[in-house]
Amino acid sequence: MRSSAPAKIRHLLLFLGPAMIGMVVFYITPFMTSLVISLTEWDGLRRIGIGSLPRISGFGNYREILASEELRRVLGNTLSFVVLYIPLIVVASLVVALLLERDRPGVVPLRVAFYLPVLTSWVAGAIIWRWVLSPEYGPVNAIIGGLGLPEPGWLQDRRWAMPAIVLASIWKDMGFFGVILLGGLQSISPAIYEAAEIDGASAGVRFWRITLPLLSPVLFFVLVIGLINSFQLFPQVMIMTENAGPQGATQVMVERIYTYAFRYYEMGYASALSWVLFVIIFVCTVIQLRMQRVWVHYGE
Amino acid sequence: MASNAQARVRGVAFYTAATLLGLFVALPFFWMLSTSLKADGALIVIPIQWLPRNPTLDSYTQIFEIFPFGRTLLNSAYVAAATVVITVASCSMAAFAFAKLQFRGREPLFGVVLATLMIPQQVTIIPLFLVLRNLGLINTFTGLLAPSLFNGFAIFLMRQHMRTIPDDYLDAARIDGASLPRIYLSVVMPMSVTSVATIAVLTFMQAWNDYFWPLIVLTEERMMTLNVALSRLNGQFSTDYNTLMAGSLLSMLPIIALYIAAQRYFATGIRIGGIKG
Repeated sequence: MRSSAPAKIRHLLLFLGPAMIGMVVFYITPFMTSLVISLTEWDGLRRIGIGSLPRISGFGNYREILASEELRRVLGNTLSFVVLYIPLIVVASLVVALLLERDRPGVVPLRVAFYLPVLTSWVAGAIIWRWVLSPEYGPVNAIIGGLGLPEPGWLQDRRWAMPAIVLASIWKDMGFFGVILLGGLQSISPAIYEAAEIDGASAGVRFWRITLPLLSPVLFFVLVIGLINSFQLFPQVMIMTENAGPQGATQVMVERIYTYAFRYYEMGYASALSWVLFVIIFVCTVIQLRMQRVWVHYGE
Repeated sequence: MASNAQARVRGVAFYTAATLLGLFVALPFFWMLSTSLKADGALIVIPIQWLPRNPTLDSYTQIFEIFPFGRTLLNSAYVAAATVVITVASCSMAAFAFAKLQFRGREPLFGVVLATLMIPQQVTIIPLFLVLRNLGLINTFTGLLAPSLFNGFAIFLMRQHMRTIPDDYLDAARIDGASLPRIYLSVVMPMSVTSVATIAVLTFMQAWNDYFWPLIVLTEERMMTLNVALSRLNGQFSTDYNTLMAGSLLSMLPIIALYIAAQRYFATGIRIGGIKG
């Protein structure tokens, strides 16, 4: 659309102004500023009169982080989340999608049920799970004990704290990824299945040779987002475990950033941590994008 | 083609898998409801009471006594509604400009909008907090709400939709003497209802369920949103599970109501761009 030059500028300011000011002030500027802060030692308290001015420390924070025992522990914890969460969430959400796809009686309440955890806030969900996984008074251990199996200490046990977080995360995310995969399933043309059936392909063959390859772009999306989420665990850890679990078993990146910035007031160190996290997520995503050529199937 | 026996096996497999996963999903909700109806003494008994033996609504009154819970409900409602209004207004206008106005640098600028989607919140949150504090905006809703002026995903989604509106409609309105703001309000917005409603619903849910940002900005009890209040209660009354469960259940109700009323838009929203769901 065309209009006279001054009117055009007025209109652009009107329509783009608020959002672009928001973008620059609340996203781009803080993004760059945090890089600068990460190169300093600063408690950030100056304005209320007791703090110190930022002191430039170059890459000191980064050197300290990379050499720290803590980073290794945090990445190890994240890794133990990832190796459980990623395979489980892919399988669970695939099963959810396959369940919801059938036109069988009872599928509508099932759809609502799977979606309830997605609607629930993580805070409520995590409080509920803390209680569900109570070693003595929770229903999960009551069932496990009833079956005669050894009852895990869950959040109070160093080895079980992270699996407990994984369990709650699967519960929370399964419906979300399930609905996304369902969209993928429904976009596969029935004609392909019919053709395969006429050629005598069994249900198993149809699943492995048709459904999975045609679903791979959506599975790829689930993997990318699932992995990004794995690095950004926060509310579940904060609420389900006190002080990041027994012996720091549930210390993770975002929890560390929060703790350093808003409990210890080490703004420089926390900002550097956030950049380390950003780089890790970025690199993982790029690697996944590269790998998709190997296994993701696009087009008919 | 499958024989009857095969079909029956698959039917059994379907219902077994559905039941197991269904129980997994339902157990925490059931336990929340059951616990919220228990008296204090019924919480720590062995064997556990699956159903409360003497059900009571005490926890639901107690949560309003130990914490200004009514106030936090109102705070959450206000914050979520205001976030929706600000995001929809600001981002739909920007989406309109990116979809329908010609100007130099439009595509590169839109590229910048998309690039912001890659910035994780944890990176911006520290400087944002420091700026708000220097402006005296900590513990204010203004500070909490200000960043919702911009939402890259919302702009992207609404722009994609607005681009599909044929220019003929806009030209016709123009020939009738409509100004650009009028065209935006009376032609483009009504024709973009689906994407605008989708963004409104997703934004409401996100704002209602948000935790990290309000945790940092709102530290005074009277300003707290539900989630911040619940997490505070979780720390202070960590063994009063009946009260905590009552609070959690109450916090879920508005979102469930919204979901029932606007199910269609949830589904579209999740399907088009799960990223922010």
